Amino acid sequence: MSVLVDKNTRLIVQGITGKEGTFHAKGAAEYGTQVVGGVTPGKGGTTHEGWPVFNTVAEAVEKTGANATVIFVPPPFAADAILEAEDAGLPLIVCITEGIPTLDMVRVWSKIKTSSSRLIGPNCPGVISPGKAKIGIMPARIHKEGTVGIVSKSGTLTYEAVHQLTQRGIGQSTAIGIGGDPIIGTTHIDALRLLNEDPDTEAIIMIGEIGGSAEEAAAAYVKQHVKKPVVGFIAGQTAPPGRRMGHAGAIISGGQGTAAEKMKAMSEAGIHVVVSPADIGAKLAEVIGKA
Amino acid sequence: MKIHEYQAKAILARYGVPVPRGEVANTLPEAVEAARTLLANGATGIVVKAQIHAGGRGKGGGVKVARTLADAETHAKNILGMQLVTHQTGPAGQKVQRLLIEETAAIDRELYLGIVLDRAIGKYVFMASQAGGMEIEEVAAKDPNAIVREIIDPAIGLGAYQGRKLAFALGLKPTQINQAVAFFQSLYKAFVESDASLIEINPFITTTDDKLFALDAKMTFDDNALFRHPEVKALRDVAEEDPLEVEASKYSLNYIKLDGSIACMVNGAGLAMATMDIIQYAGGSPANFLDVGGGATQEQIEHAFEILLSDKNVRAIFINIFGGILRVDRLATGVVAAARNLSVTIPIVLRLEGTNVEEGRKILQESGLNFQVGATMKEAADLVVAAAKA
Ligand SMILES: Nc1ncnc2c1ncn2[C@@H]1O[C@H](COP(=O)(O)OP(=O)(O)OP(=O)(O)O)[C@@H](O)[C@H]1O
Ligand SMILES: [Mg+2]
Repeated sequence: MSVLVDKNTRLIVQGITGKEGTFHAKGAAEYGTQVVGGVTPGKGGTTHEGWPVFNTVAEAVEKTGANATVIFVPPPFAADAILEAEDAGLPLIVCITEGIPTLDMVRVWSKIKTSSSRLIGPNCPGVISPGKAKIGIMPARIHKEGTVGIVSKSGTLTYEAVHQLTQRGIGQSTAIGIGGDPIIGTTHIDALRLLNEDPDTEAIIMIGEIGGSAEEAAAAYVKQHVKKPVVGFIAGQTAPPGRRMGHAGAIISGGQGTAAEKMKAMSEAGIHVVVSPADIGAKLAEVIGKA
Repeated sequence: MKIHEYQAKAILARYGVPVPRGEVANTLPEAVEAARTLLANGATGIVVKAQIHAGGRGKGGGVKVARTLADAETHAKNILGMQLVTHQTGPAGQKVQRLLIEETAAIDRELYLGIVLDRAIGKYVFMASQAGGMEIEEVAAKDPNAIVREIIDPAIGLGAYQGRKLAFALGLKPTQINQAVAFFQSLYKAFVESDASLIEINPFITTTDDKLFALDAKMTFDDNALFRHPEVKALRDVAEEDPLEVEASKYSLNYIKLDGSIACMVNGAGLAMATMDIIQYAGGSPANFLDVGGGATQEQIEHAFEILLSDKNVRAIFINIFGGILRVDRLATGVVAAARNLSVTIPIVLRLEGTNVEEGRKILQESGLNFQVGATMKEAADLVVAAAKA
């Protein structure tokens, strides 16, 4: 098994006629994901690369039976695209867009938080269950089907962790990129809960970064509920305070959100924390006895 | 994006938040003129305030009160052009290029107000504290109960009842409550309508005649929302930023200058932070954060090189690329071209992984240039640290 995406996923792409939308719709389909159509307001009734295009998400869901969407809509319109997907009742919404204003996400969050839709992202690479399906922009070929679940705020660091595992012959159940913004739909805790409850996930890699306190909250959850081995890494151990390190959410402010605090909380929760990003794969191999 | 106090006060005044009368001055004559005008119009004193983006100006000697025009002139002369050192500027300080010349207020009490995002709940929070003048982090550490918080429902805004709760918690007098509620609501309106990410009024004061004023104002804006606020974007003061960072921002390069000796060029913010970390872990020190993003062009790579090389502390360059969408062979071509065009002489260590990595490595090897390639991130980090020390 796996979580969030698999062979039963029926995916639509919001912004399918754009350059990014087109490129990654093809990538998902090539990987075996059932891509069933797309939405571009004003282009409804046409087809794009063989896929039917609809004017609204509601219509796309009705006509295609979609159960997931991926959003490649520019930042000024992305929050609205999320709300439209939620309104259409889609259970899974993956928003790749980087640069959505925080205020827009505050409004989106007040709706999504109590909704039955799950939002992944924004500002994330998406989700992949190797060998089954992918939703997002990750390079599929570095993955290998297996039993290690991954949750990470950072795209490239997720690839790094996946690569280190695959090189050791260790496969992944699902890799979830949750995104680097201050407000995200699925946090470390949510993703850990999913992976913890997935019978086919045997071990978990949790990658965080400076800013906020989501890693500390996740550590407390791990301590209480997770029996599977967890390996952790926090990026930004050398980041100066008060500076935003690329991601909108990656900032130490008022002495809070430091890597040291997070690493401490994670270690105390029994997570195997590595100091060097090069040791993630090796540590995981060690804790599952495959070193 | 940060702005100056005088700019924040101008925005707040437009929303009806009471601020003292004042004028920005870029030169000494302008400062004297502003002070003269204020004194002629009933001001009982003049405050000369350094305008820099860092906090802690008062403690660093950047805020001085004068009773006479002559004293105001002396303060202005001393502060304008000084290297103001505060706990936020670092030891070199920040050069004061502008002053705010303001009338003094008859302060009764100094209080604190702030609006920030609470990331854990995904909502904005209005904070108030009786400990005005102190830094809020200090208050939070010493006595968290001294800070009262009202969580704001984005669909409703700051309710009048919430304003009253805050006002009573601050111990304001019954005659000040309605004024305070209007003040707080205006502040929140200014926050939301300008897509701010932070507002701090420290101190928020009551006067001896029971009025309320924002005596200091700090506003920071959400960079992601600047596209819909050209008027805010126009307030950017590049003189307050690191020149290399200003240069980098012209080419959409995400660059932050640090003070180590190993420059890095990376794709992806998370990997860029992790690269800094592994440099330190290997015994070196990172000279910068640089995320060239997923679709870096050759031109961007060249500009990135120029920026890294203009940092005089840099002894070696570490290029760490995990090519997903970014194809490694294309990146390698860009790196070779840039290194040739700029005749780079300092050692360059690369760690390349991902799409078309074999072709990429070949391009580097056949270039005849002095590149070292690490097979893994760890090996590359060790190589670059050794190269920087050689
Ligand atoms: N207009 C004014 N009238 C009377 N006193 C003032 C006035 N402006 C500032 N002060 C006094 O100076 C102190 C410091 O001023 P202010 O808060 O603006 O600077 P600061 O907090 O030191 O700077 P920063 O915001 O950089 O930390 C105030 O707490 C107040 O006591
Ligand atoms: Mg102040």
